[in-house]
Amino acid sequence: MAVLAAPVKRRRRAVRRVPPTLLLFVLVPVAVEGFWVFWPALQGFYLSLTNWDGVSAPTFVGLDNYAEMLSDDIFGTAALDTVIWIVLFGGLSAAGGLGLAMLLNRERKGVGFYRAALFTPVVFSLVATALIWQAIYQPDGVFNNVLGAIGLDSWKHSWLADPDTALYAVLVPALWRQLGYVMVLYLAGLKGIDPALYEAAKLDGATGWQQFRHVTWPQLRSVNSVVLSVIIIDSLRSFDVVWSMTKGGPYHSSELLSTYMYSTAFQSLRLGYASALAVVIFVLAFGVIVTYLVRAFREDQ
Amino acid sequence: MTTTRPAPPAAPEERVPAKPNHQRARRTFGFHLLAGGLSVLWLLPIVLVITTSVRSFSDIASNGLGALPHSFDLSSFGEAWGVGGGGHAMLNSFIVTIPTVLLSLLLASAAAFALSRFQIPFRRTIILVMLSGNLLPPQILLVPVSKLSELLGIYDTLTALIIVQVGFGLGFYTFVLQGFMRSIPDEIQQAALIDGAGPITIFWRIILPMTRPALAALGALAFTWTFNDLLWSITVLRTETVMPVTPALLGLQGQYVSNWNVIAAGSVIAAVPTVAVFLRFQKHFISGLAIGAIK
Repeated sequence: MAVLAAPVKRRRRAVRRVPPTLLLFVLVPVAVEGFWVFWPALQGFYLSLTNWDGVSAPTFVGLDNYAEMLSDDIFGTAALDTVIWIVLFGGLSAAGGLGLAMLLNRERKGVGFYRAALFTPVVFSLVATALIWQAIYQPDGVFNNVLGAIGLDSWKHSWLADPDTALYAVLVPALWRQLGYVMVLYLAGLKGIDPALYEAAKLDGATGWQQFRHVTWPQLRSVNSVVLSVIIIDSLRSFDVVWSMTKGGPYHSSELLSTYMYSTAFQSLRLGYASALAVVIFVLAFGVIVTYLVRAFREDQ
Repeated sequence: MTTTRPAPPAAPEERVPAKPNHQRARRTFGFHLLAGGLSVLWLLPIVLVITTSVRSFSDIASNGLGALPHSFDLSSFGEAWGVGGGGHAMLNSFIVTIPTVLLSLLLASAAAFALSRFQIPFRRTIILVMLSGNLLPPQILLVPVSKLSELLGIYDTLTALIIVQVGFGLGFYTFVLQGFMRSIPDEIQQAALIDGAGPITIFWRIILPMTRPALAALGALAFTWTFNDLLWSITVLRTETVMPVTPALLGLQGQYVSNWNVIAAGSVIAAVPTVAVFLRFQKHFISGLAIGAIK
């Protein structure tokens, strides 16, 4: 018995005594992230309870900042725009990305080129994307010229300067860039589906729609949840494209929570109120993060 | 520019005689019409920015921004690169991006190695906490991070930007790398242990080389993300001369309000490095983006 127990004991001890160098392997990265991410995040929560101009010491005001949001019209606009953004940017890029992936899933002549074409914008920065589209939207730009050429002269206007259209005009380039990315996620998902399932469905006489409804869609469940998390987190973070095209204007018509937070912090220098806005963004993202982590955790086992 | 593997022979389908030939031909034609049309639509803005960048200012001023080009003039590139500060900004971007990518991947792979190959206590919790840091909306960090870098006397320096980028990216890279490293068979490590290799040797000589595909994918992604970043740059930097390419491009827009040829040239210049990385690491880049979906 003793002989048998010995190796087990030794193995357990080896397991417990992790070499000190290895602890450094973990501790250094954790310390870096802790100091530059988690510690600032905690400060962010605290600062949301203060008034602070960034120069004098912050004064504690409790929940005043959150109370102020209730009567802040710009916050209302930004929150509403953010919801519109999540629904349209998220919904259209998910549906469009899936559609493109289905269209370009089968290996056939030319499909590689089509995929690459749709995917190319992913490589550009959102700022470059924004500038490209700003030129397109100019009063004498291509978009208005095309409208004129097809006889829709009355539709011509400066898309980014009109409060009614600014948000949607910014949405288009964001989608132009995001669709290819979502397509890649779905293509990877479609590749993972066992072809035998389709064979079986065809033998049962399933139509194309039935194959999608009963084979493709259920099989894509895990990809869907990844896409959903990515999209919601991306929408809440969306900043670059709006900031470079309109800075949230005109008259805050394309203001998102993220752009409002940034201008409140670094232009109005109301750091306490800006932190409270950031906490609102955090709370919205939190639900998604938790769902995502629970999934990662489950699959980790 | 393509991602196709050689298409597998469509033999099984050809044996099905159910559909008449002309119907299949029509369907193929429809596919190419739809996919080709979409591709053209997608590439059009890129073609447009390139043609705008090679037009002269007077051509744009007299014929309009949306007109067909009547001129060919490369001077806008010189303007954007020199007077507009594009060259200097490009240098700044590389000074930030290269150390950021190397440092993040080194630190993340060290953590991933320890967490995936050894029984570190609470390892799963550590991995998930690290990942959650990367999923935090950056907005909650902006004010404290800018103040923290002021406090440490590195505000408005590229060092601050590098450190912030490394800190913020670590969680995701560690998560992906540990997933990859866990799939490496344990026997390889056991054999090295018996040969008397220490953890550093095993890490550097065995596990890291075997992780190369994942490192290439993450490296390509990290390069693009860091290079294209705007938010962190304008949070910890203020002076124009230290700005990397992306924020400098915004500055260029303010400086050359209606000189669309210079702004377009700046956009083209700003895109060259990431397009180059994409072309070079295309396969890895795409598999990297798909990591989330496969996991």
